[in-house]
Amino acid sequence: MTTSGERTRVEVLACAKTYAGGVHALQPTSLVVEPGEVLALIGPSGCGKTTLLRLIAGLIDSDPGGTIRFNTEDVTRKPIETRGVGMVFQHYALFPQMSVEANIGYGLRIRGVAEAERRRRVGELVDLVRLNGLETRRPAELSGGQKQRVALARAVALQPRVLLLDEPLTALDAKLKVALRDELAELLRRLHITAIHVTHDQREAMAIADRLAVMRSGVIVQTGDAESLYRDPKHAFVAEFLGRVNRLVRSDADVREGVVRIGGEVLVCTGALAAEKAVLVRPEDIDLAASAEGSARVVRRVFLGERLQLQVETSDQGMLVVDAGRDATWQAGDPVRIRVAPQHLMPASEP
Amino acid sequence: MAAIARRPAPILFAVTLAVTVFTVLPMLVSVTAGLVNNYSSGLASGLTTRWLVEVWANYGSTAWHSIALALACVAAALVIGVPCAYALARSRSRAARVFEELLTLPVAVPGLATALALILAYGEWRAFRLSFAFIFVGHLVFTLPFMVRTVAAAFERDELVWLEEAARSLGAGFVQRFLGVLVPAVAPAIVAGSLMVFTLSIGEFNLTWMLHTPLTRTLPVGLADSYASMRLEIGSAYTLVFFIVVLPALWAMQAVAAWLGPREATRTAARGTAA
Repeated sequence: MTTSGERTRVEVLACAKTYAGGVHALQPTSLVVEPGEVLALIGPSGCGKTTLLRLIAGLIDSDPGGTIRFNTEDVTRKPIETRGVGMVFQHYALFPQMSVEANIGYGLRIRGVAEAERRRRVGELVDLVRLNGLETRRPAELSGGQKQRVALARAVALQPRVLLLDEPLTALDAKLKVALRDELAELLRRLHITAIHVTHDQREAMAIADRLAVMRSGVIVQTGDAESLYRDPKHAFVAEFLGRVNRLVRSDADVREGVVRIGGEVLVCTGALAAEKAVLVRPEDIDLAASAEGSARVVRRVFLGERLQLQVETSDQGMLVVDAGRDATWQAGDPVRIRVAPQHLMPASEP
Repeated sequence: MAAIARRPAPILFAVTLAVTVFTVLPMLVSVTAGLVNNYSSGLASGLTTRWLVEVWANYGSTAWHSIALALACVAAALVIGVPCAYALARSRSRAARVFEELLTLPVAVPGLATALALILAYGEWRAFRLSFAFIFVGHLVFTLPFMVRTVAAAFERDELVWLEEAARSLGAGFVQRFLGVLVPAVAPAIVAGSLMVFTLSIGEFNLTWMLHTPLTRTLPVGLADSYASMRLEIGSAYTLVFFIVVLPALWAMQAVAAWLGPREATRTAARGTAA
């Protein structure tokens, strides 16, 4: 099963959304999703990610001045019914009175596809999402994961130009979520369809998307692949959204001298970080060394299975969170020295 | 679901029994009164069906009138009420809220007042005034809000908004998604609304009493007439006729609801065991 030959490039140009009452859900925003690319829109609730998705879907209209293009076609004024998008919703939105087959074949039936052809296509889709044997069940008789697979099959049945996923895994429990996440990622690669995936779960976005757009307060703060965003965030917000960070404060003297102090160690802050009043460092980027005269001390150890999480008290930066390997032998009360490679320091400025 | 521990509660049982007997007794007495030769001598006067036969001869037509009227109300409430419920559920305008209040008004205003207003406004249209259509309008005004309220509440649920968006994304136009997706999804509410409309119309008295003519009488109006002008035994036999006519109709409606109900129940059960 593949979608139609032509892949769609999605272009959003200066689209904004102001709701009645003057709430700016989305500031003027531009975004390009390349043909066949899976893009994740991530951010906390209220950041505008769902609004942006609904604009692209055609469920809501952009404020005047915005344009949405699918390839070269301007679809800004096209209603969702004819825009050629497939949608997967957080709460599945399966038609409760219809069987699995009827749900998947609904779009084909609306299009007037003949019965025999419809059966064949639905059969292919059932295979694709591995729901064989459940064809005649009703949605209420399915598990959450099965429901979302039906929703996915239904959304791609019409070979949409763009697949839009609105928090598709949020309603699932944690274990199922991870399993379905990998399945979804694999399926999207196989379909090679342009997809936009909204989520507030950074791990889900990292696992599924080729590229992430991090949003806050109706603005896209930074876009990039998971690795570059994680390693090289331009703002504290992005760094904090994608993982845990420690904030290291710099005094005026530190800024003048171009350094930051952490547990008595002095690290050089240059380049983009030179003028920052604070810098960030991730827990796994802090190394500890045993040292009787170290000015830092382990206060608490928490064994998390795949790693050991430590709270380390320092004289100059207060309490830090440090991730150590799970075989590390640190105990509460151990005096330590702190070591951080300068390239692991990140800016703490706000967008 | 965990089983709820059942502890015997003799006081609760006694109270329930007392209330039940208190409620059922008048019905039994009334029904019995319609089956004895002479109420003052009670069962000793012997059982008879002659009052029933007499009621059926004099008032039999009112039963069919009432049923036809109630079914017409259900049909009209479906055709007018369901789309209206959808519109009210989706509209955020102030006018829609005002309209909703107005729609509910005839439920609060005494039927007599509504009836008088109808007579003042349309009484001059003789053919209309003398036909069942006049009573039908009165009943519809009174019963419509029950359909609209019930179904609008179902349409307002978030799931229905999501279902509609899903259908739209799959290319379904308004009529297709309304009839193919939304109405089936709120079917239990529509059945509940229909049941309410039917029972309210069958039992409606005070509006109908004002609006009826000697040729357009419903069951409750005939009942009042027989209580006022006939022997007590005939009035009581009429009550029995009312039961005989209304109960099967209610059972039939409830059978439809039950037919939808178990599917709802299996859904809930599946939800419990799945995932």
